[in-house]
Amino acid sequence: MTGKSITIDAVDERTKSPHRYWILNEKIHHAANEGYKHIILKNVFGQRFIAACMEHTDLKIDIYGTPGNDLGVFMSGPTVEVHGNCEDQTGNTMNSGTIVVHGNAWDVTGLAARGGSIFVRGDGGYRIGIHMKAYEEQRPVIVYGGSVKEFFGEYMAGGVLVALGMKINGSKVEDVPADEVVRGSLGSGIHGGTIYVRGNVPERLLGVSATAEQFTQEDEITLRPILEQFCRYFEVDMERIYEMEITKIGPSSSRPFKAYYNARSV
Amino acid sequence: MINVEPEDVRNPSSGLLWCDRGKHGRYGDTAKIGEKSGRLGITLPPNGFRREIEACGIAGLINTDGKRENGERVIKMITTMYDRENGLGAGYACYGLFPELANKYCIQLLLDDEEAKQRVEEYFKKMALIEKDERVFTRAVKGMKEPYPLIWRFFVEVPQEALVGSASGKSEDDYVVDMVMHVNSLIDGAFCMSSGKNMAVFKGNGWSNEIAEFYDLADRYQGYMWLSHSRFPTNTPGWWGGAHPFNILDWGLCHNGEITSYGTNKRYVEMWGYKCTLLTDSEVVTYLWDLLCRRHQLPIQVASVAFSPKYYDDIAVLPTDRAKVETALRMVYGRAMINGPFSILVGTNRPKPTMIALTDRKKLRPMIGATDNGTVFASSEECAIRRVADPAEVWAPVAGNPIVAQVGNGLISAGMRDYFEQKKLVMEA
Amino acid sequence: MPAKVEGIKIEIPSRFRVEIDRERCKICRRCTVNCTFDALYFNDERIIARHENCVACQRCAMKCPQNAITIRHNEMAYPPHASYTERIRRIGWEQASTGGVMLSSCGNDLEYPIIFDDLVLDAAQVTNPAIDPLREPIETKCFLGGKPAKLDFKEDGTQVHFGTKLPPNIVLNTPIMVGQMSLGSISYNAQMAIFKAAMEVGTIVGTGEGGLHPDFYKYGRIINSEVASGRFGVNPSYLKKVAALEIKIGQGAKPGHGGHLPGEKVSTLISETRMIPKGTDALSPYPHHDIYSIEDLQQLIYALKESSRYEVPVGVKIAAVHNVAAIASGMVRAGADFITIDGFRGGTGAAPRIIRDHAGIPIELAIAAVDERLREEGIRHKATLCAGGSIRYSADLVKALALGADVAMIGTPVLIAMGCRVCQQCHRGTCAWGIATQNPAYSQRLDTEIGARRIANLLHAWTEELREICGAMGIDSVEGFVGNRDRLRYVGPNPRIAEILGVKHAGEAWG
Repeated sequence: MTGKSITIDAVDERTKSPHRYWILNEKIHHAANEGYKHIILKNVFGQRFIAACMEHTDLKIDIYGTPGNDLGVFMSGPTVEVHGNCEDQTGNTMNSGTIVVHGNAWDVTGLAARGGSIFVRGDGGYRIGIHMKAYEEQRPVIVYGGSVKEFFGEYMAGGVLVALGMKINGSKVEDVPADEVVRGSLGSGIHGGTIYVRGNVPERLLGVSATAEQFTQEDEITLRPILEQFCRYFEVDMERIYEMEITKIGPSSSRPFKAYYNARSV
Repeated sequence: MINVEPEDVRNPSSGLLWCDRGKHGRYGDTAKIGEKSGRLGITLPPNGFRREIEACGIAGLINTDGKRENGERVIKMITTMYDRENGLGAGYACYGLFPELANKYCIQLLLDDEEAKQRVEEYFKKMALIEKDERVFTRAVKGMKEPYPLIWRFFVEVPQEALVGSASGKSEDDYVVDMVMHVNSLIDGAFCMSSGKNMAVFKGNGWSNEIAEFYDLADRYQGYMWLSHSRFPTNTPGWWGGAHPFNILDWGLCHNGEITSYGTNKRYVEMWGYKCTLLTDSEVVTYLWDLLCRRHQLPIQVASVAFSPKYYDDIAVLPTDRAKVETALRMVYGRAMINGPFSILVGTNRPKPTMIALTDRKKLRPMIGATDNGTVFASSEECAIRRVADPAEVWAPVAGNPIVAQVGNGLISAGMRDYFEQKKLVMEA
Repeated sequence: MPAKVEGIKIEIPSRFRVEIDRERCKICRRCTVNCTFDALYFNDERIIARHENCVACQRCAMKCPQNAITIRHNEMAYPPHASYTERIRRIGWEQASTGGVMLSSCGNDLEYPIIFDDLVLDAAQVTNPAIDPLREPIETKCFLGGKPAKLDFKEDGTQVHFGTKLPPNIVLNTPIMVGQMSLGSISYNAQMAIFKAAMEVGTIVGTGEGGLHPDFYKYGRIINSEVASGRFGVNPSYLKKVAALEIKIGQGAKPGHGGHLPGEKVSTLISETRMIPKGTDALSPYPHHDIYSIEDLQQLIYALKESSRYEVPVGVKIAAVHNVAAIASGMVRAGADFITIDGFRGGTGAAPRIIRDHAGIPIELAIAAVDERLREEGIRHKATLCAGGSIRYSADLVKALALGADVAMIGTPVLIAMGCRVCQQCHRGTCAWGIATQNPAYSQRLDTEIGARRIANLLHAWTEELREICGAMGIDSVEGFVGNRDRLRYVGPNPRIAEILGVKHAGEAWG
């Protein structure tokens, strides 16, 4: 059993309808507990909570289809590769492990992530990486190849968030128009961690307490291995990424709201 | 392994006889609420009209080449999103199903019984010309508890003489709106599901697949636009009239979310003559569309801007003319602004059959659009679209920006660019 | 976005005066060491008080070996005004000084009617015997979790088959649970004391939204992990090695607001447990950013159930607000195994006064409304109803149960048991009693063994008083008491309240 892979069809062969998510997840947990190290899911149509809270560090799950909300929620260890688009809340409160998406992943990806990595080839929606946090080696990383919308990195407390603004279509790579890479309220409320955006970021897009900072040698050391991983997964040329300057955004203060409150009693 | 059957926990029928509840006694008993009597759970809600919190799935499609199809695809879409419903309400709207009677208003009703139908018929005979009326086909569905309502439709025409005497220049449409309001608030045992031309709403208290089977939507009707909705109400066991799509004239509305500005919006539309009898958010939103688009003649995309306007900080960086117009919209239509998380799917026949999908300006509810071979899809989740098509383009519209698709004009707006950027703004004042 | 403001110093009379009896004072200076608010110092001659810094926490007075200190209200005269009260004038001066949102801690301290105090209890007489709690059993055990509607039994000749799988439930020895107080808002020592006491008494304790320190995993079987909007400390162990999971949607002290731990209290320890930079404010987002609508709550409940493989009860906590009955109904339908409602007097480690003192509704009305609505909809059995937010002492406990709550949730009384004076300074992080601080020099003042003993004593005392009341009513098991509104009567001024509570007015008989 160890080392062998198993394929699970997410459509019920009798009724021809998609399996309800708890039935599919039960099959996945069962296979993982039986010792399978590679699980392939076919015909996935919106089932939620796949790989929820799984702690198997040597497990690989390949998903063909469209996994539903909360893919990898609370996950701590496995590698999940999606051959399709994801819905919302991918990698929600993720603890460790890797999620790779050959497609888009919409809103609230990596909410409260505390570790692990999420690589998305395509576009994202709103509130990606909201409230990510880090401590020493526990450091979450989220990279989007395409464009993202408002509130990217809201409340960020730690970790690395990257938006590259590249439309990747097989071997063809086009640049997303400059004003569409990221949108307003970028890093609103950031008090830790770093956001990297490929290209220029106009100041009016920056959120509360977010500020553009100097890209230094240290940032290069942090970013390069992350981008190398991204390039490997999606077969992109590293040089193409560095054709544009990378803007670094960080917190202007670790206590942006200190003056907002009055602690004295009356 | 799991030691609890989640199905058990989730299924509203387990351990709970949903037809057996209510302060007023058994489901199906007749009672009076306000002015009106009716059967609880069918034409009246079991525990009185209460503000509902709506949570749900929505899905729709429109064939912009005008090609008509049966309900199979839309049913597959909505039933894929099973986790968004809890079996207490679902519904469908079909546009284009009565081509031979396309210029008559089709009023489709939920009725307690034959007597209720007589009462409605008498009222319609007094008020309008009945071209044709017939029983709407339904069949028993295993799992859906009886009693079922009687479903009937009337094709009516407004007599010209009825409009002539009207002092305020009432139109045919206004006349029909009044008739519908009368039926819903005053005729015992009757509820209007829809009142538009060449369109009809089929809804009820059950799972989305059950309602589809009940009305035989997979085979019986052909339309170029289908909307659907599955519900997760948080209050009372559902009632047939409370499901979506909600409707007035040819406006069909499916709504996911909760309107925090409800109290303000309600008082605004009431000022313009609408009666909010059902206390649901969806009712108010439907009337807002009717008010802004039909009565105030705002283009659909301009109405969308009024409902989900830009923030003042963003208006400040626009070119002068655009800033003026966007500010004017906020000034005049401030009370029509819909606040709170929402995702809505709207269908209308004017000026041509059109499907609109709109989200709130903070994008707190999901919406995905797609095109495939002459059809435009909109849905809460991508998986619903993937089940029925292999679309060329899939996208998520920008918050507060509508997807608009129209028969004969294709995809007018994908919801990605500002309206006043797409069209040239000419200032006359 | 908050506007930029400039602070400016304004003179405001102090609230208290520290009076030192110079005849008794031996200038041992113990008071200057004990005061953590910089209200006492030694000027090389004698002890001097900075009255404007005194918060009346009584630490100095209790620790003075000569009993030489008394704290008094500052008797400064304010020109009398019935509507511009002293407090309102002071708020004006403070805000003109800092331009800031007024912050406070503990529960609502304004005078609103306390409905518990308008309820009286029945006793059995003549027609029914009272039961003696000292010599006869009166059971207080209860179960937290959803229950099935019925049990399946099938007789088959000489056998009878039992066929129901019970959903996960936790046994509580007494219908009192400790609410959510985070490591961060209270100290490591205080939290350990509470966990120890709960282990002994046999009830559960909330972790609060600060995560669970690795040293505390050994208390897993009495722990109710909170999953709040900031998701602090939420890792797989936090979800799997505990007794229950509770999603925090809101809390009574600040409906609509997220948790708030001021930067002063984010020490190295907190930085590690919560994974945020040291010294930053830990502001939890107001909503969960994956819950914008009721079906999203269902999604999070099932994400937690899937993660714990359906082995523990998953509950939801909300603040008591206007629409609480409909929301509670929605939560139960969304799959919650227990719901906790927190009334508008609930405590907090830090909250803006404007929210704490003015938002929310009384827990008494909320309990009655929620219990009634769930019964109306036929779903009362699906979730255990826990309620709190100013359940101050055993009389409140008893009345809350009679109104319909299965379990009472307490916070402030547990802190009072450890020595808290309710001086409302928790948010400043310098609690002199070592309870609401992260400064190790102060928190070591709280001995965990003694603290645990004191809390256990409190819970024992309340349980005995509950048994006294049940016995007096002739009820020998708490199940017969929960929701038994017939045993209450209303003696307050507003009959509409009695109506909403479903309680008869005093003087009305059984029938």
